Amino acid sequence: MPEADVQPAKLSAPRLAARSLLPLLACVGLALLFHLVAAPLMKPLHVKLAMDIGINIILAVSLNMINGFTGQFSIGHAGFMAIGAYTAGAFTYYGGLGDVWGDESFTHGILSWSRPLADFTGNLFTAGDILFLAACLVGGLMAALIGLVVGLPSLRLRGDYLAVVTLGFGDIIRLLMELSDGQLKTVADIQSTPYFQRYTHLGGASAMSGLSFMTTTFWVVLFACFTLLAAFRLRMSSHGRAFLAIRENEIAAESMGVPTTRYKVAAFVLAAGFAGFAGGLFAHQSSVLNPGDYGFIKSFDILIMVVLGGQGSISGTVIAATVITLLSEFLVRPPHLWILGLIVILLLAVFRQRKAMRAIIMVAVATIVWEIARALALHFQINLAQYRMILFALALVLIMILRPQGLLGIREVWDYLPGRKRLPTEMKA
Amino acid sequence: MLETLIHGISTGSLYALIALGYTMVYGVLQFINFAHGDLVMVGAWLSLIIATSLGFSADSGIGGVLAAVFVMLISMVLCGGMGVLVERLAYRPLRQAPRLNILTTAIGVSLLIQNTGQLPFVFGTETGTMTALINDSLPMFHLGDVPIYTLDVIILTLAIGLMFALDRLVYRSKVGLAMRGVSHDVDTTALMGVNVDRVISLTFFIGTSLAAAGGTLYILKYRQVQQPADLSWIMLGLKAFVAAVVGGIGNIRGAMLGGMLIGLLEQFTRRYQSPELSDIYVFALLIVVLLAKPTGIMGKPVRTKV
Amino acid sequence: MKRLSWFPMAVIAATSTAILSMSSCGGGGKPDNEIWIGAYLSLSGQQATFGKTTEEGIRMAVEERNAKGGVKGKVIKLFVEDNKGQTSETQNAVKRLIGEKVDAILGEVASGQSLAAAPICQQNSMPMISPSSTNPEVTKVGDMIFRVCFIDPDQGYACAKFSIDDLKAMKAAILYDQKQPYSTGLADNFEEWYKKLGGTITTKQAYSGGNVDFSAQLTTIRDSKPGIVFIPGYYNEVPSIAIQARKLGIEVPLLGADGWETDDLAKKAEGKLEGCYYSNHYDPDDASRPESLDYQKRFKAKYGKGTSALAALGYDAANVLFDAMERAPSLSGKDLAKALAETKDFKGVTGDINFDKNRNTLKPIVILKIEGGKEKYVTTIDPPKN
Repeated sequence: MPEADVQPAKLSAPRLAARSLLPLLACVGLALLFHLVAAPLMKPLHVKLAMDIGINIILAVSLNMINGFTGQFSIGHAGFMAIGAYTAGAFTYYGGLGDVWGDESFTHGILSWSRPLADFTGNLFTAGDILFLAACLVGGLMAALIGLVVGLPSLRLRGDYLAVVTLGFGDIIRLLMELSDGQLKTVADIQSTPYFQRYTHLGGASAMSGLSFMTTTFWVVLFACFTLLAAFRLRMSSHGRAFLAIRENEIAAESMGVPTTRYKVAAFVLAAGFAGFAGGLFAHQSSVLNPGDYGFIKSFDILIMVVLGGQGSISGTVIAATVITLLSEFLVRPPHLWILGLIVILLLAVFRQRKAMRAIIMVAVATIVWEIARALALHFQINLAQYRMILFALALVLIMILRPQGLLGIREVWDYLPGRKRLPTEMKA
Repeated sequence: MLETLIHGISTGSLYALIALGYTMVYGVLQFINFAHGDLVMVGAWLSLIIATSLGFSADSGIGGVLAAVFVMLISMVLCGGMGVLVERLAYRPLRQAPRLNILTTAIGVSLLIQNTGQLPFVFGTETGTMTALINDSLPMFHLGDVPIYTLDVIILTLAIGLMFALDRLVYRSKVGLAMRGVSHDVDTTALMGVNVDRVISLTFFIGTSLAAAGGTLYILKYRQVQQPADLSWIMLGLKAFVAAVVGGIGNIRGAMLGGMLIGLLEQFTRRYQSPELSDIYVFALLIVVLLAKPTGIMGKPVRTKV
Repeated sequence: MKRLSWFPMAVIAATSTAILSMSSCGGGGKPDNEIWIGAYLSLSGQQATFGKTTEEGIRMAVEERNAKGGVKGKVIKLFVEDNKGQTSETQNAVKRLIGEKVDAILGEVASGQSLAAAPICQQNSMPMISPSSTNPEVTKVGDMIFRVCFIDPDQGYACAKFSIDDLKAMKAAILYDQKQPYSTGLADNFEEWYKKLGGTITTKQAYSGGNVDFSAQLTTIRDSKPGIVFIPGYYNEVPSIAIQARKLGIEVPLLGADGWETDDLAKKAEGKLEGCYYSNHYDPDDASRPESLDYQKRFKAKYGKGTSALAALGYDAANVLFDAMERAPSLSGKDLAKALAETKDFKGVTGDINFDKNRNTLKPIVILKIEGGKEKYVTTIDPPKN
């Protein structure tokens, strides 16, 4: 990374504070801007998609901490999301009764929808927001704790074994949620159940419903930005360097005195925490906890975002998360994409000059194929959505073959700008 | 107790068959062929389609067994061809790529097979039902008071027979030598004049046709085949992988042992613990075995070269 | 580094163009002579079996209605959205449909998905009819949400009452699918009523949908010596369960619910379901209900296979909606919901449909017996009075 050769100079206290706080403030500003200016102008569906993208970014970037930074194979990330979602959901649902934080006005949130959900663009702070944030935090901590319990034994395994264990773990979480007791639905029922026992009543297979719609665009954008910030700072830190060292060569890292198992577990726990937090956001965005949402398919989705974006590349993951979230929507109602294609080609041509010939051709071909497919589908009244999973899988295989390092490899978008030092694109197997 | 034991052996031999294919592929290429469970699905569906389109019906005599063998062979050949194709198109270009990429490609292939299978003109989304080619309403003999059915005996014999055949192939034949060579060191093997691509194709053919054999026996035994994207196919593939790992991946007898262990574990936990949680025990077994003996029960310790 | 400042601007331009090109698309608006109906179902992925079947029923209803001249002289156009069985996709689909100004929404089979869509429909005053979500919570969301199927407590009660009063079976075992809310809900309600009516549950065993090996669970059930085995599963796995149960020596009758219904059930089970019972919406051979008899024939003619409860409920959900649209003064959500609530003795395929104050369907429950490979009518049980 280019920043590496900049020796950290001694900074005066105010400058240090400014350096660490300014980005946080910028995140808040961005979130406010999106929530107050952009979101009200968008259609409800697009607001929802934007939130999906935000949540997926948190999930994918956190998985990237394990798979991309540390080079481990974790493919059961949805399990941690499930832990966060269920913990946070149960926390606001059962804890909203006033015996945790909730004030009395929030009590009615228990079975109704205390916030007008319409477009997730309601008031910034309403009753229960503190409870909601606490719930997400508890969800994240819970997921991190489980991550520790799972990670300690299984991170001694390598490669494919770890993959199977994490996948199995993800499915076990789903299974346990499926087997939980039915939801307690009346205030009387809840109050007559001992406090901790309430948390075994998670709805089971028939879903837990009636959570308040607490997640707004503000929170999603804010926490997506925080996650990105954390990821960038982590990678630049000495701990992050240790992660990268493990990825590049575990044995070499160990012989250089990096406690590999400890760092692997640390990465795992951290990523699990972020995923849990994202789960909390997701739970209060959808208001329903369905065990089926946290199965293999979700885990694969997150994994694919990481692999497509480039393992280790944070901005690549962000782009991949955005594209994949929008892709299924694009296939349902195929829009024109040639403008976008042209812009991307133009950008590539301007910034990368001749080096990007291959990428330009690929983008051009993809755009043309898309437009032809769109025209054909509209003409013959074919519902492309019917084939979207096939197209998705096909695209995945093709991209893996044509560009195995993912969109950006281990680099970031700005590394591709002219005048930047080039870094190796591929990581070692 | 005895009854559960027999159920365990009978499901275990199915797992073992599928694990055999898994272990073959993993042994040579060292990657989880995630699509293996889906190839079992294709094998099962193909045999259903072949049997129905040829109008085979229930037969208690030898005719039924012959029909079943015929169906199984065709399904094995077709499926094996498909496996070779998958390897050629999807996995071969990635042989030098990072492991996670191959794993992701395998997941992509798995999704592709599932979702193509769901198209109305392929297999559709309904559950398929198979006629009883090998009639098993009457038991073959009794062991104590537990009835033993012909089909279970056939499956067990077939699994053990295939295990010995594979064992011979891998350890006592020239092709097997090449396979072991490829699994040990691709480059050196290629230098020795072995056509690595062909060996890998052959391995895939054998592995996938074993998956198809497993699929055919599966549908003969349960006579019901789930729709292509059902979760149970992924689980079946995963459990077969767990079986292969527990037994010692790349080890053919180990796969047999692992399959049996998983089958028994599953049946016993379902019978005496709780049927809901049987999958958890399977993965718990995996973790325990891997932590205690990372190379699996019958695997030989491997030293990582630095 | 002059060019650097271009980059963010260009990215922003690209993104905004993408968003613009996305939002500008969506086709033209709804023409005046069309009525748009949206449906969200899981058509791909793990739950596709049930979504596809329901879709067949809904499509048939729409086509038949259009052939008869549509509703209020307008043509009905159906938009079927696939949700892959995922909550988030369900909510996207519903928001998309509402954004495109459909007049009403049909869906889902799985209660979890209906529960995810219901609050959105409710807040947007969009009438929603669930063909087959049996969880009582679904319609409690609000006055826009209806359903045409039984709710779990009613059918659980009917099955429990029938096995105790008519079969005199005081001991029952339950085998249910832990993954299907339909199955877990019915199992719980059956257990509750069965105990209330004085019976004992010998054992309650679960299987995970998609598994085909039931031997361990069935052995446990056999050893617990029940008088009847209640299996609230779907038609696609019941034959296999029956075959394995008989093989293991379970001789007592099996009892199921409307999920069993499909016309070749007995054939698929190879006679192993002889003497078993299930509760259903209607008696398929009831000559006094020509609408059901006719529907079965038409369905078979159209799709080349027998109907099932899910298809029939999808068909009824669509037709109840058309009926209400015909009566409603306008197609606004409020009017439509009011007209739906006023539905009286609608002659549906699955029985006469009336909505109670919770917008659930009140239908008597028919018990059928499988005899000689055919379903025979046994008795009718009214839902419990609350």
